[in-house]
Amino acid sequence: MSMRNILTVSLSIILGAGIVWAGGQTDRPERTHGYGLGRIATDQEIQAWNIDVAPTGEGLPAGQGTAKQGATIFAARCATCHGPTGQEGPMDRLVGGAGTLASQHPIKTIGSYWPYATTLYDYVHRAMPFPAPQSLSPDEIYSVVAWLLYRNGIIAEDTVLDARSLPRVSMPNREGFVPDPRPDVPKP
Amino acid sequence: MHEPEEPPAWEGGGHAAEGESLLDRRSLLAGTAGLVGAMLLGSVTPSAEAATEKLPEDPTRVPGAVPSAYGQRSAFEKSVRVPRSWWSSLTPLQDSHGILTPSALHFERHHNGVPTIQSAQHRLLIHGMVDQPWTFSMDDLKRFPSVSRLAFIECSGNSAPEWHKPAGQTAQQTHGLTSTSEWTGVALKTVLQEVGVNPDASWMLAEGSDAAAMTRSLPLASILEEAMLCYAQNGEPLRPEQGYPLRLFIPGWEGNTCIKWLRRLKLGRAPFMTREETSQYTDLMPDGTARQFTMVMEAKSVITSPSGGQRIQPGFQEIRGLAWSGRGRIALVEVSTDGGRSWQQAALQEPVLPKCHTRFHLLWRWNGEDVILQSRCLDDTGYRQPDRATLVALRGVNSVYHYNAIQSWHVAADGQVNNVHA
Repeated sequence: MSMRNILTVSLSIILGAGIVWAGGQTDRPERTHGYGLGRIATDQEIQAWNIDVAPTGEGLPAGQGTAKQGATIFAARCATCHGPTGQEGPMDRLVGGAGTLASQHPIKTIGSYWPYATTLYDYVHRAMPFPAPQSLSPDEIYSVVAWLLYRNGIIAEDTVLDARSLPRVSMPNREGFVPDPRPDVPKP
Repeated sequence: MHEPEEPPAWEGGGHAAEGESLLDRRSLLAGTAGLVGAMLLGSVTPSAEAATEKLPEDPTRVPGAVPSAYGQRSAFEKSVRVPRSWWSSLTPLQDSHGILTPSALHFERHHNGVPTIQSAQHRLLIHGMVDQPWTFSMDDLKRFPSVSRLAFIECSGNSAPEWHKPAGQTAQQTHGLTSTSEWTGVALKTVLQEVGVNPDASWMLAEGSDAAAMTRSLPLASILEEAMLCYAQNGEPLRPEQGYPLRLFIPGWEGNTCIKWLRRLKLGRAPFMTREETSQYTDLMPDGTARQFTMVMEAKSVITSPSGGQRIQPGFQEIRGLAWSGRGRIALVEVSTDGGRSWQQAALQEPVLPKCHTRFHLLWRWNGEDVILQSRCLDDTGYRQPDRATLVALRGVNSVYHYNAIQSWHVAADGQVNNVHA
């Protein structure tokens, strides 16, 4: 049984426990509306906030960009914090570090560490540039993401990134993550 | 941002200057308010400000201050949070008594500042794999049956600089990213039942309305029994830096999972793999793999008195400290006054609650010798706080998060206490 199946089954059991309410007891996971609070959200309300991008590409908008276009945007909007080539800082290093994770001085960057390319779109959109989050257009974000992936040697300079191609980008550290094995400390 | 690598914000540089000018303006305003108050009330009843300026020789011979709208601590108490990075500040654990952290001293960790949000306009959206997408106002959420519990929140980066060297001078600097409050709100389960969750949904994305739109993916089955949507802390609405008006709270889990300024919950079949659970809050091991979704904060303790930066006198000392575990209750705290060669059982102060700071005490007489003080705790799952050598042997020194090794305080012959790795 996979971890996900275990979680799903447990969830059904927990939600299925139900609550006691004036109308009787429910043992189904369906909604109760027992308290009559809140209301149905409108499509506009959902669209305004539904900004997450999943590894499947779900959530990626229309638009496209290449590393060439991204170079200009990175220089104008990102280089102040991350350095002209994404390696100089003063904030997080974004480029380089390949092969360092198992060394005494690991360098965790997009190229050496990040497991999904889609996360880049999600994060650049939601939280960057630091002084003006959510200010870049989809074309600008695809372009900056393309430049960062190109500088890390993951895609070619002329690769066009869009909602179809970005989820297919294979990240070098995709298999580098393991589930939490703790407690790892021997018992007394 | 890699929190442990960030520069301190309030020590030198432009930000300190801004902080000072803000402080000046604030004290100027407070001074003016005090003056106006005194004028309104007449000169016979001095305000609290006036009292600090003019300390009476004998407080039994002059009338005291009048009641105030929102109380302040004594002007003679100076314990404050100190910054560890641009976006975090530390609780002064060495000055704390009991188990509760005053809301004003609760540690801070935010990812792009504290947003200004009006409760009346705040909404929580729940969508994705639900029967129908639903939205709640704060008034709606407060009308649900309420739940309340005392519990700690600890940043998973607490003590992170200690991986490499004895970095912090004080208990505040080594352990100050943990605090305990009474948290009040509605059970997550209650609200999800109101909405109706698809039984195939197994992960939930929680998102804040700060300038980082901070997010975490959470395995639903693991959090459903205890997670709360909190609107209150220590009896009043959440402080802005703690997520006003609404935060998710998952007792015992990494502080970053307790999303502040909560605006959105999205139910899905798989983790959403945001930056926070891929490149940020993952723990790199010596073999180059990284542990992911390391949610629980393991048992940890620290002696808060005597602790780093303090100077003690020979004779009677009450050794005092805090212990906590994200897995449950503290079952035992032991203290060593000889660098770990022998251990004595400390007294636990009631209440001893699951996933909550627990206060411990041990009477001790210091004879003026060079000693090393340590504490270690055991929780009710049988997990014992490891020594540093054990932890480093298992995980190396580059995993950043979840440093919970035994803390050593060196007491020199002159009584000076310092942080050491023993």
